[in-house]
Amino acid sequence: MATLDYVRRRFLPHIWCPGCGHGTLMATLVRAIEELAIPKDQIVMASGIGCSSRIVGYLDLHTLHTLHGRALAFATGVKMAKPDLHVIVPMGDGDALAIGGNHFIHACARNIDLTAIIMNNQTYGMTGGQVSPMTGHGERATTMPYGNLGQALDVVAVARAAGATYVARSTVYHAPQLKKLLMKAIQHRGFSVVEVLTQCPTYYGRLNQRGDAVEMMTWFKEHAVPVGSDARKDDPARFEVGEFVNVERPEYCASYDEIVTRLKPREDEHA
Amino acid sequence: MARVKKKRLLLRREWCKGCNICVAFCPTHVLGLDEENRIQILDESRCIECYLCEWRCPDFAIELVDLASEEADGAKEGAA
Repeated sequence: MATLDYVRRRFLPHIWCPGCGHGTLMATLVRAIEELAIPKDQIVMASGIGCSSRIVGYLDLHTLHTLHGRALAFATGVKMAKPDLHVIVPMGDGDALAIGGNHFIHACARNIDLTAIIMNNQTYGMTGGQVSPMTGHGERATTMPYGNLGQALDVVAVARAAGATYVARSTVYHAPQLKKLLMKAIQHRGFSVVEVLTQCPTYYGRLNQRGDAVEMMTWFKEHAVPVGSDARKDDPARFEVGEFVNVERPEYCASYDEIVTRLKPREDEHA
Repeated sequence: MARVKKKRLLLRREWCKGCNICVAFCPTHVLGLDEENRIQILDESRCIECYLCEWRCPDFAIELVDLASEEADGAKEGAA
């Protein structure tokens, strides 16, 4: 199938601003699904609220546009009912880690076979550039005009600590790498988290004088270093990209099936 | 050195928002923006078929089309 076969063309061009990285993530995700050759009716995509969550409207899969922060809860229900389907959950940074923070850590702990994609643009774009859990210390937002007093959450550290069995990070500049990581995350059996840095030139970029989309993507290019690189010591703004965690642990639906099989009365017991 | 072209660029101008990402990151400066701030081809002969424009475009506005398969399909247009 061609890339656009997974897209609801009648809704394009999409509502995202010129230069928004979410479109690049959407296209990369579609390419990952296309390369894995997963039929459209085998994929469920659940999203919450925000710019990021609009992605489900554009993709021609089984899609759910749910409550703010609760996409993982809906996705958990879908996966429990239909464990054979691939369930992908694209979320924004605020959606996943502020409003849905508890859902996120408990989904990690359960190790249920979902693919969580955190589209991190470091702000709440749809509502006007408020401070998000991923806004860095000192960075400006409309609700932090003199710079953020807090600091950004490290999603990778949170996901690892909470027990996610696949954790990776990339950016929309690194689209070819991002595609490979998304493919591995979708194939991974267990809870997988992919943090994707995407640019919001309209709010985060403008409020922090980061320039246009091209300049913001160039910043990703210049500051991304491979996992474990020593280059981070020279510049604290640098961040690691690649695969952080890839381990095996009992998966939630599989454990559930085991109990059902174990507790089911055997034929001879009824006799 | 002459190269055999295996792909051609398909532009969907109606989906382009003029963000300039493809223009800025094209390694051989094939693309540009026109007076309407939409994507245009400056010189396709320089294209090295690296796909970086297609992969980074947020708007599905550029695609590299395989010439061989296009001939087989009877050259159908891509945009809706």
